[in-house]
Amino acid sequence: MAVKGLDIFKLTPKTNCKECGFPTCMAFSMKAATGGVPIEKCPYISEESKELLSEATAPPMKSIKVGAGETEKTLGGETVLFRHEKTLVNKNLFAVELSDAMSDADVDAACAKLQKVNYERIGEMMAVEVVAVRFASDAAKFAALVKKVAECGKIPMIVTVDAEVAKAAVAGAGAGAIIMGATKDNAAAMVEVAKAADAVLGVSADSIEALHDLVEEIEKLGYKKLVLNVGETSIKEAYANAVDIRTAAIKGNDRSFGYPSVVFANKLAAGNTNLQIALASAFVLRYGSIIVMEEMDFNAALPLFGLRQNIFTDPQKPMRVEPKVYEFNKPTGKDPVLVTVDFALSYFVVAGEIERSKVPAYLAIPDAGGYSVLTAWAAGKFGSTVIANFIKEADVASLTTSRKLILPGKVAVLQGDLAELLPEWEVIVGPNEAMQLPKFLRDMQA
Amino acid sequence: MPYKKAEQKFSGKINVCEIGVGDAAISIGGENSLPFLGTEGFKTAVGIAISDVTDEWSDCFGTIYGDDLKNPAALAKAAVEKSGADFLLIKLESADPNGADNSVDNCVATAVAVEAAINVPLVVEGCKNAEKDAKLLEKVAQALEGKNVVLFSAVEDNYKTIGAAGGMAYGQKVSAESAVDINLAKQLNILLTQLGVKSKDIIMDVGTAAAGYGFEYVASTMDRIRLAALGQNDEALQMPIITNVSNEAWGVKEAVSTLEDAPEWGDQEARGIGMEVTTASACVVGGSNAIIVRHPESAKAIKSLVAGIIG
Repeated sequence: MAVKGLDIFKLTPKTNCKECGFPTCMAFSMKAATGGVPIEKCPYISEESKELLSEATAPPMKSIKVGAGETEKTLGGETVLFRHEKTLVNKNLFAVELSDAMSDADVDAACAKLQKVNYERIGEMMAVEVVAVRFASDAAKFAALVKKVAECGKIPMIVTVDAEVAKAAVAGAGAGAIIMGATKDNAAAMVEVAKAADAVLGVSADSIEALHDLVEEIEKLGYKKLVLNVGETSIKEAYANAVDIRTAAIKGNDRSFGYPSVVFANKLAAGNTNLQIALASAFVLRYGSIIVMEEMDFNAALPLFGLRQNIFTDPQKPMRVEPKVYEFNKPTGKDPVLVTVDFALSYFVVAGEIERSKVPAYLAIPDAGGYSVLTAWAAGKFGSTVIANFIKEADVASLTTSRKLILPGKVAVLQGDLAELLPEWEVIVGPNEAMQLPKFLRDMQA
Repeated sequence: MPYKKAEQKFSGKINVCEIGVGDAAISIGGENSLPFLGTEGFKTAVGIAISDVTDEWSDCFGTIYGDDLKNPAALAKAAVEKSGADFLLIKLESADPNGADNSVDNCVATAVAVEAAINVPLVVEGCKNAEKDAKLLEKVAQALEGKNVVLFSAVEDNYKTIGAAGGMAYGQKVSAESAVDINLAKQLNILLTQLGVKSKDIIMDVGTAAAGYGFEYVASTMDRIRLAALGQNDEALQMPIITNVSNEAWGVKEAVSTLEDAPEWGDQEARGIGMEVTTASACVVGGSNAIIVRHPESAKAIKSLVAGIIG
């Protein structure tokens, strides 16, 4: 049950010693009650009380680590249902599925695609993190495939209900593998396998009620590194379960459902790539933790990784792009230079419109604190000095023989100052809105 | 302890809005829960978008529609047939004073011809120039009186003309456009109702962005609008949401780059559809009651998604 700040306060020494980092015992207690600081931070609360409280003040949803070393990722740990309430902390992972029933050539092709669809977007590498390997018939081949997946730097998800097969495969899977997994018929044996390998155990059941019972049973067996299958038989059930499980954990304080989820979009829409993309998108927003696809080509990866990157940003921290000079439409050293801020949204809008114009150009992005144009200008982070210094430091004059520098229309006020600071440049006031850029650039080119 | 569902009880309800007439009419909205979580038969309508200017559309649309691409009425018919969409949006882009600057009369004739060519409800989009759209959508409302179309969209600078003409004089539905901001959305709804437009005749176009291009603002704006409408029973936000993702989705580099521009990315058409489906699907679970796409395959995928979730 939820603990109130006052209940914790009663257990503190009430001396305001500040050793916990908070100014008063009351402040600490209030924070601890929300799960914002571990109770252990207070050195004076008795061990007994700590144990009692740490269970009660633990976050509603467990953080489960999958993979190891460089591939290690954290799932779950969410405290809210909607990102605007605070922030969503651990982004979902994407998976593709292979099987020992596939020919070697098909497996090689799938692995090659995994290596190919791997790119950087705003400082983050975009690639499939997990590979589900589904057991068909050949245990030796299955184990070899799991091993190969791990060696490729992906987190293996071992999909079988046969505990012996899982045991053999997990041996070569590396640390932090996922076994998918436990059902009502094999729970005890699967828990043993997962425990021995320190693997994450996936739990599947026929209904949400049965899933809840099974999770409680597995918890009683002493295992709590779990992920929950939202169901593979119908989209309706999978969607409702994903929402209900997360809602029960966050709002209903139901610890047995405080685990990350697994969504087999490949099973819900077998053979239908576009529907799988639609499902994956829906589950990025609505509580899918690992989303499994048949395959992940660029048509799915580009929008889905982009969406994920958006949804799992902290609403309090603007997304930023790296300050530098970007090139568009293959400029040839004689093309104009546009300027805007490093706020990712501004960058993307401007970049998109320059691309649409098909006019070769450079886009100079100084460090403007990650704010939008007007906000950055008002905060003194996007003034004439900032822009002039960047143009000089990045030696933009050596990139192009053009001396046209196009300012965002919203900071037209900077034109005079900037012209003084950069006497060799012709400072031009651009349009107010990015959508007017294509016409503006084409007219200028004409 | 056995599982007990954590119910989210809401006191508010989204307005029901009917568009189109006769057998072809559809109604959107009406839910008293977050999307798809209630028992009230909530269903997202899927629309297909066409335009009277298709010069910059990807090549794949030429393959799909052939010569119909240059004839809005024929294009409308083909688009509805190929997509199975619940309604159609015609964008009167040629009206743009910064573009072809086509006359209001010509554009109205296009809208009338399109309406006659299809048997599904119609949404008429202006050219996104507030001044021109006021004149244009007013005339469209007049010419299509009795057809119960959606005027897409009124903005702060022209809501008086479009609201008075569409929502009051000629009995059409008015879409109120705001740029991904709950406060602006609410303000425009209030302005329109104060003008005399009935709230059941208003649909909200709260804006969108392509997936990966600031979609977090769209997601959070929709979440907040729906939570305010349902949870706080805020009547100024209980209008159904209509979202046209086609322009954004087909305007980003993932969709625009040809195979020649980006050989490693593979088939351009599949990329455009992927971007459109991802964006539309995210809007659908966020709370859009009517979602508009450009590619027939996108429409099919979103219809399958909605049908699947409803079960």
